[in-house]
Amino acid sequence: MPDKDQALLKVTGLKRYFDVSQPFLNRLLERRKRQYLKAVNGVSFTIKQGETFALVGESGCGKSTIAHLVVGLFPPSAGKIEFDGIDLTTLNNRAQLRPVRRRMAMIFQDPYASLNPRWRVNNIISEPIKAFGLLNGRQAIVQRTSVLLEQVGLSPQDGAKFPHEFSGGQRQRISIARALAGEPEFIVCDEPTSALDVSVQAQILNLIKNLQKKFGLSYLFISHDLAVVRHIADHVGVMYMGRLCESAPVKALFENPRHPYTRLLLDTIPDIEKMGRECAPPQGEIPNPLNPPAGCAFHPRCPQTTDHCICNRPKLENMASDAKVACFQAF
Amino acid sequence: MHILRHVGWVKRSKTYQILMNGEFRFATPTLHLNTETCLSMLKIENLTIRFDTRYGPLTAVDNVTFEVRPGEVFGLVGESGAGKSLTGQAIIGLLDPPGYIAGGQISLEGVRIDNLAYNHLRALRGRKIGMIFQDPLTSLNPLYTIGKQLTETILTHTSVTTAEAQQQAIALLTDVGIPGAAERINQYPHQFSGGMRQRVVIALALCANPQLVIADEPTTALDVSIQAQILSLLKQMCREHGAAVILITHDMGVISQVAQRVAVMYSGRLVEIGDVRQIVKHPKHPYARGLMGSIPSLHHQVDQLTQIDGAMPRLTDIPPGCAFHPRCPECFDLCREKRPVLKKIANSHIACWLYAQEAHHAG
Repeated sequence: MPDKDQALLKVTGLKRYFDVSQPFLNRLLERRKRQYLKAVNGVSFTIKQGETFALVGESGCGKSTIAHLVVGLFPPSAGKIEFDGIDLTTLNNRAQLRPVRRRMAMIFQDPYASLNPRWRVNNIISEPIKAFGLLNGRQAIVQRTSVLLEQVGLSPQDGAKFPHEFSGGQRQRISIARALAGEPEFIVCDEPTSALDVSVQAQILNLIKNLQKKFGLSYLFISHDLAVVRHIADHVGVMYMGRLCESAPVKALFENPRHPYTRLLLDTIPDIEKMGRECAPPQGEIPNPLNPPAGCAFHPRCPQTTDHCICNRPKLENMASDAKVACFQAF
Repeated sequence: MHILRHVGWVKRSKTYQILMNGEFRFATPTLHLNTETCLSMLKIENLTIRFDTRYGPLTAVDNVTFEVRPGEVFGLVGESGAGKSLTGQAIIGLLDPPGYIAGGQISLEGVRIDNLAYNHLRALRGRKIGMIFQDPLTSLNPLYTIGKQLTETILTHTSVTTAEAQQQAIALLTDVGIPGAAERINQYPHQFSGGMRQRVVIALALCANPQLVIADEPTTALDVSIQAQILSLLKQMCREHGAAVILITHDMGVISQVAQRVAVMYSGRLVEIGDVRQIVKHPKHPYARGLMGSIPSLHHQVDQLTQIDGAMPRLTDIPPGCAFHPRCPECFDLCREKRPVLKKIANSHIACWLYAQEAHHAG
């Protein structure tokens, strides 16, 4: 087990480009160049042992791509992903990845799509145990699955049922039990509550938090909901157009948002405390990621744009109290 | 059968008159109106929606009563499966079979609209009641240009020439904030972004100047920054057109920013109706209280969110008495036996036995 303050996951200069070019013949005849979608374009962050790091942003900003890259669902185009000192990008066969993969797990967004409808819950949960050969013997596995089911607030009898017999919140509990089955240290949660109702969301968020305390888990928590992030995270990264525009401890980010995009997000969230207050909605839309604006990607929507922002792209720079901001106006 | 239908037609046409150009008018509008109906534009009384299934009838919406005043934004909030969308569909007559209205009545400006014939309903939809759906891509026809869809609606409901309709369509698109409306009118829905499409849908809902717009989760498919734009647009457009809005959503944040009055639904029943301020700040019904507590706040951090244990019951096994009692922390014997009805307490209406005494004393 690594030390408390040591970085469990260290991501440096992570990039992932998707080739979205026209077919070869079209390119030849229409004289088009190859076209790349820069989904993740140079992102660096570290997650400490036992910490929850949240990535927030609007749809299409690349946050889910990062989640997939970190667990190795597809390889990065460039950059390093170090998990407990091991660089995952240098491991290129399954046998080498296997011991590392056991130590991380993922909870997906849609509990209706992430569970095999033809498998019983027992089988779904025990699959990681069997795949990694953690336990031997039927009896031991059955026992372990019932313990897991109880840990996520279901009853051991539920194991004999099929996923369709459960509600959305219960299914997400099954996903969590499956994620815990491999006894991971690190769990990637990709919008685990966005398909759920608020009262169920509260149950799942409480469960995720309690499990963290119990097992000392570290989370990479992907969400578009800043209120959820405020509740669950220790450290937050705000993403826009494939880049981090602000990264700060949760308290600093919410009390003193430095990047104009973070401020925009905070202002526009309908919040019950801002009741009846008329606020001017932000202008503009998210630009097409296929041809992002020059300079700072946020400049077309930013209220404080200067000529400098249009020509130059700001780097993520260190600020006071562990915060990093990519904005020329923040200083 | 044909004769019966014919009789029905004659009977109804006493109250309604469909003009040749498709315009819908109330033939005798002042006859039924008393002061009460003037206050409420839409009145829903004891609305019950059932589904007949192999396992017997399921009651998806049970005895729902509320009214919408002219020009107000009325929020209908609840979790998925609470029956809020069904209520919206029933109002505009778009309830899909096997669902049907099993009881109660819906009246618009004092005239019943729940038992209208198909033709009459068609004249009413769009003209008197507009609708905005959740997913802007599926509510627009991908094979027609935006302009074609807008002018078609305008021509159906008003007596203008095609050229005038085109002009109106461009004006409307400009009003909803689409830049370069004159050129974009000839584009297809796929050429618009999600937020822009929802603006088109809002223009479409408002193009015949309806008195009531039902917005069913209008911003759920959109990002937060776009959501804020669409909500403020919806609010502004409805104010300009003098239309009342029924805003159906699961997001209390949206409701608190836009609505004036709110109804909270649980398991097909109304549990609390009242002023938005009252419900958000001081919810009375235990479910409403749990719902508010379970929303994570942006302003202060709590270690644990209030959670309501369990889940909403399935329609097949709604418990006797109060539907919320198995999850309610303050449940007592009466709750298990008898179903509470909506009682007026102070400024709001609450269906809970906890407050029954209070209501009794108040008279």
